[in-house]
Order: sequence, then C-alpha cells, then structure tokens
Amino acid sequence: MTVPIVWYLILSAALFCIGVCGFLIKRNIITIFMSIELMLNAVNLSFVTFANHWHQVSGQIFVFFVMVVAAAEAAVGLAIIIALFRSRNTLNVDRIDLMKL
Amino acid sequence: MTPSLHLWLLPLLPLAGFVINGIVGRRLPKAFVSTVALLFPAAAFAQVLWIVAQVHQGVALPYLESFATPWIAVSGFHANFSFLLDQLTLVMLLVVTGVGLLIHIYSVGYMAAEDGYWRFFSYMNLFLFFMLTLVLSANFLLMFVGWEGVGLVSYLLIGFYYSKDSAANAGKKAFIVNRIGDFGFLLAMFLIIAHFGTLSFRQVFADISAHPELHGGFLTAIALLLLLGATGKSAQIPLYVWLPDAMEGPTPVSALIHAATMVTAGVYMLARAHVLFGRSPLALTIIAVIGAATAFFAATIGILQTDIKRVLAYSTISQLGYMFLACGVTAYSMGIFHLVTHAFFKALLFLAAGSVIHALGGEQDMRNMGGLRKKLPVTFWTMTAAVLAISGLFPFAGFFSKDAILAASFAAPNGKALWAVGLVTAGLTSFYMFRLWYMTFFRTARYDEATTGHGGHGSHGVHEGPWSMLVPLIILGVLSLCGGWIGWPAALGGNDWIAHFLDPIFAGATNVLPAAAPTAAAVQLARILAGVSMAVALFGWWLADLMYRRKPQLADDAAQNAKALYTLIWNKYWVDQIYGAVIVGPVLAFSRNVLGRGIETGIIDGANTAMTVTASGASSVIRRMQSGNIRSYAGWLAAGAAAVLVVVLYLAHSF
Repeated sequence: MTVPIVWYLILSAALFCIGVCGFLIKRNIITIFMSIELMLNAVNLSFVTFANHWHQVSGQIFVFFVMVVAAAEAAVGLAIIIALFRSRNTLNVDRIDLMKL
Repeated sequence: MTPSLHLWLLPLLPLAGFVINGIVGRRLPKAFVSTVALLFPAAAFAQVLWIVAQVHQGVALPYLESFATPWIAVSGFHANFSFLLDQLTLVMLLVVTGVGLLIHIYSVGYMAAEDGYWRFFSYMNLFLFFMLTLVLSANFLLMFVGWEGVGLVSYLLIGFYYSKDSAANAGKKAFIVNRIGDFGFLLAMFLIIAHFGTLSFRQVFADISAHPELHGGFLTAIALLLLLGATGKSAQIPLYVWLPDAMEGPTPVSALIHAATMVTAGVYMLARAHVLFGRSPLALTIIAVIGAATAFFAATIGILQTDIKRVLAYSTISQLGYMFLACGVTAYSMGIFHLVTHAFFKALLFLAAGSVIHALGGEQDMRNMGGLRKKLPVTFWTMTAAVLAISGLFPFAGFFSKDAILAASFAAPNGKALWAVGLVTAGLTSFYMFRLWYMTFFRTARYDEATTGHGGHGSHGVHEGPWSMLVPLIILGVLSLCGGWIGWPAALGGNDWIAHFLDPIFAGATNVLPAAAPTAAAVQLARILAGVSMAVALFGWWLADLMYRRKPQLADDAAQNAKALYTLIWNKYWVDQIYGAVIVGPVLAFSRNVLGRGIETGIIDGANTAMTVTASGASSVIRRMQSGNIRSYAGWLAAGAAAVLVVVLYLAHSF
C-alpha cells in the first residue's frame, strides 16, 4: 500500500506554514532562524515526494543542494547572531531595527 | 586682373584690437591699452587711404571680394560672405575710420581717469569692426550682421556706467527700440528671399532693373519694412526715443556711435537700396515726410533742452531727418554728402561738449555753465566752427550739404512743403545751436570755480584737456570748415565733386541731379535758395543772440507768454509718456500678469511644485515600509509571496 502523494504534500505545506508563522511571530532571533530551517525542510520534503512520484533523481539532488546551502547558511547566520549578541546584548529582533551596528 | 585690395583685413584690424584689449586689457597698463586701441584703427584708416590710392590708380569699382562661397547654403538659397567696395562704401569707410580714429585719440584723454578704461576701448574697437562689416557687406545678410553688431556695441557703451540705473535703462531702451526696427529689416529680408531667392545686393538690384514692370506692390512692402529698420537705427519718428537717452554713455561714444557713424547706418542702407526704393514712390514719399517731420519735430524739442548733450542728441535726430528727406526726394548723393559733413561737425560738437563737461568735472547742465570762452579757447573756437557749420552758414560744411538737400526738395515734385519745413528747421537749428553756444561760452559764469574741476586732481580751476583731446578737436574744426567744399555746387562756381563721385551709383536713380551745364534760370534759383537758407540761419542766430546774450529775460518772457506751447515742448510732446502708456504699460502689464503670474508662476512653476508635492507625499507613505523592523519585513515578504500565489493560482488563467 502506498501513501497518496497528497498526504506528503499536505504535511509539507503544514510544516511550511508553521515555519512561516514562527518566522512572523517569534521575537527571538534563534527561533526565527529555526523557523527558516523548518521551511527549508518542508520544501525538501516536497522535493523528495515529487522525485519519488515521478521516479526522477533530480529532486533528490536538489535536496542535497538545499541541505548543503542550509548548513552553510547556519554557519554564517549563527556567526552573525553571535556578533550581534555581543554588540547588543539581546536576541530580540524588535530591538535590532537601527539598520546599522 | 585688378590687384587685391585685401578688404578682409579691414574689419579684422579693429577686431584684433578688441580681442587683445578685451581679453588681457584688464591686466595691462593704460599706456599699452591705449596703444593697442589706437594702433589698430590707425592701421585700418591707413588701409582705407591705401585703398583710395589704389582706386585712384585705376582699380575698377565696384570691386567685389568673396571669402566663403557659399557662406550659407540652404535648399536653393545661397548667401556669400563677400565684401563690396564702390564709391558709396569708400565714402563711408573714410568717415568711419577717419572720424573713428580721431574719436579714439580724443578718448585717450577723455577717459584717462575712468575705471574700465580697457573695457571702453575694446568696445570702441569692436564697434569699428561691426561698422566696417556693415558698410563693406555685399549682401543684406552680412549687412544685418554688422547692423546687429553695432546695435550690441551701442547697448554696451550706453550702459558703460552700468552701476548707474539711468544708464542701464537707457541701454535697454536703445536695444529694445532698435529691435522693433530690426524686426522690420528681418521681415524685409524674408520678403526679398521669397521674391528674388538671394540677398546679394548685386543680384537683387540687377533683378529689379531687369524687370521695369515691377512697381509698387511687394517692392513697397519690402521698402517700408527696410524703412522701419532704418528709422530704428537712425532714430527717426516713430522710433527716435532711444537716442536722447543714449546720451547716458560717455561723450566720445555719443560722438562716434550716436552722432557720426552708427546712426547714419539707416541712411546708408536707404542709399544702398535706392534701386528698390526707386520703384516705390509711396515709400519714397513716406521717407521724405518722415525725414522732414523728424527734422522739424526734433529741432523744436532741442530748443528747450538744458542738458548740453541732449541738445546735441535732438540736433542729431533733426539732422538725420534731413538725410532721410534727401533720400526721400531721391537726392541720395546729397544725403550721403550731408552724412559726411554731419559726421565732421556733429562729432566735433560732441567732442567739444565733452571737453566742456570734462573741464567742469561732469557738469552737463548748460544753466550751470557760461563764460567759458576765455577759459577754454581751443574748445570755444572749434565749437564755433561746428556751430557755424551745423547752422548752415557759408562757407562752413553744413551750408553746402543742407542747402543741397533743401534745393533738391524744392526741385522735387510736390516738394515745396518739404522745402518749407526744412527751411524752418534750418532756422530752428541755427537758433538752438547758438543758444547752446551763448549759454556755454558767454554771459557770466554760473558754476562754482572753487569746487569745479575735473576728477582726481582737485580744484585748480577750469582748464583745457590734454593734447590728445585738443588735436582731434582742431582737425575736426578744420574739416567742419572745409569738409563741405567737396560739394561746392556748380551754381555757386564749384564743381560739386561728391555728387559726381557718387554718380556711378546713383545715376538713373535720382531725378533731381542738376544737369551738367545748368541753365541760367537754374543757377539763379539755386542762388536765391541758398540766399534764403542763409537768411533764415542768420535770423536764428540773431534771435538767439537777442534772447540769450543781450536780453536774457526775453527768453523767460517768451516762456511765460506761450505757456501751453512751452509746457508741450518742455515735456518733449509727452512722447515718452504716450509710448509708456500705450505700448510699454500694456506690454508690461501683460507680461507681469499673464506671462509672469499666469504662465510662469501658474503653469511652469506650478508643474514643478505639483511634481515635488506628489513625490514627497508618495515617499512619506513609502518610507513607513522601511522601518528597520525585521518582522515587518518578513510580514511584507510573506504578504508578497501570498499575493504571487494568488495571482498564479487564480488570476493567471484569466489572462
């Protein structure tokens, strides 16, 4: 028995929406960062789903790309967050709105 | 093969002087500036003399020199950059460079203490450049270049004391009034192009001569438009109003530009285009009437002026009227003859007046002069020669030329009225010139000797100017005496050289030239007319002598008795006020209210204001989006993504 593709896609959409909501609502920059990761993984899920559905490997390759980029992004992003925290002593994005250091 | 006369060099010489003084004159010592300023006009004068010698040795006239062929070529229309030398040009060249050089020499002394010495001389040289271009040009277009150029220099020099409000305004007035005339000149050129397809004097006039059936019609239109141009430049009714105000300029400028040369450009143009005018009896009649009317009108105003230069300005207008009268009765060579003698004696009058003004430290009001005969002997005697000349007393220059014009108008068909007006004007001229003479040089001194004295070197009394001022006075004095002898009429035992010299140009155009062997009756008539003009001039002298020397209170009595007339003339017939109310006022009101407030402020500025208001309003709204708040950016991002989704999912199908 195979799970219909719609289920995967609904799960992917749900995860993506949770990510968006977290991204919009949360004030802690780390949480926002995690929300972004969640959205990326929601997309990854749909890539895998389509790859499986169409029996094409390119979807899987995209997923690897996304994961590599996300890893690089996490490294850079965390470095920025640490630098920001050192200069502002806060992780609240609402208090980081001066558009300069 | 005739040798080249190098006409191109002639205007370039003063232009070189202008360029040198205009660019580096400010940093150079005065001696160098005046050397440059005198050297180049002197060289030009020398070249003119050389040209005269060449012509005397048999260079054929007319002589044409073309440089850029074509200068302008537009769809079938050609204009060459070419110079033409004929007898008329030669006379003008001698006057322009000769009198011009004398006035340059005079200016070295007169302007010595002025600021902007280099500026003055560079303008003067520039004037000579444009004036030579004007008289040398072989087509209407190049003539127009010179015509506009002299107008420009006139503007610059009237406003030479630009920090003085009245001078700046006078310059503007001269420029704007001349613009009206120039507009006529331009339209005339357009008509000539439309009908003849060229602007070359030679071709246009040959074309007219080749078609004897052409008469009136569009030729009258061209002639009247050219006449409008001439009335502007030569200060005739109705455009004379700028010339009296032009006296705001330095006195040598008044002498050179506003008496001797530039203002005669209109007369020169009429004479140059005589073939055209000859085909339009209406235009000729109008020229004659304008000339006679202006002569009389300006002479009456001149009677009551108290500013010495303004008397001379009105006298210039009046004498130019004589020249127009001569052209109007087709006595062109008489008009040119009067132009020449007038250049001598009017330049002299202005220079002598300048000498008086210089000696009195800038005083121009004749009521504050008097008794200068002993203090300024050279000025007095040369001025006397000029006054006798302009009054038309035998054997001074003005007698011959004025008498020739009067005789020509007497002989012209229906010319008796013109002659009568001219005769009365001659009397008036004599009267106001002797009035000036008496008020300036006779009676008791009405200035304060202790405080008067020119410029820098304090109050050591009234005395003559330096030699550079006196030499031109003396030379012009001699010319005022002898200059008229070139036109000694045959009826009085002379040979009327100038008329014969100009004959190759005007022969056939004129219907009043006396026959080679005048009949006894004609000689008789000429002598009677000359006698009558002399008598009138002497009467004017006698009257001036009576009213301004022997019984000074007579003048005041006369003013009291004819109060209305006196007021009318004292206010110069209110012409300036009438022009102000009828033309200047409405134009100004229209410019201020409709063009200024309506179009400038309302539409042009309004459009700008509307744009800025829109931009700043829109940006003040858009600015709120860039708050710096990351979550609001995120919100915009999400909203945008949602919008794209909606478009892709639902709206994309409907396109």
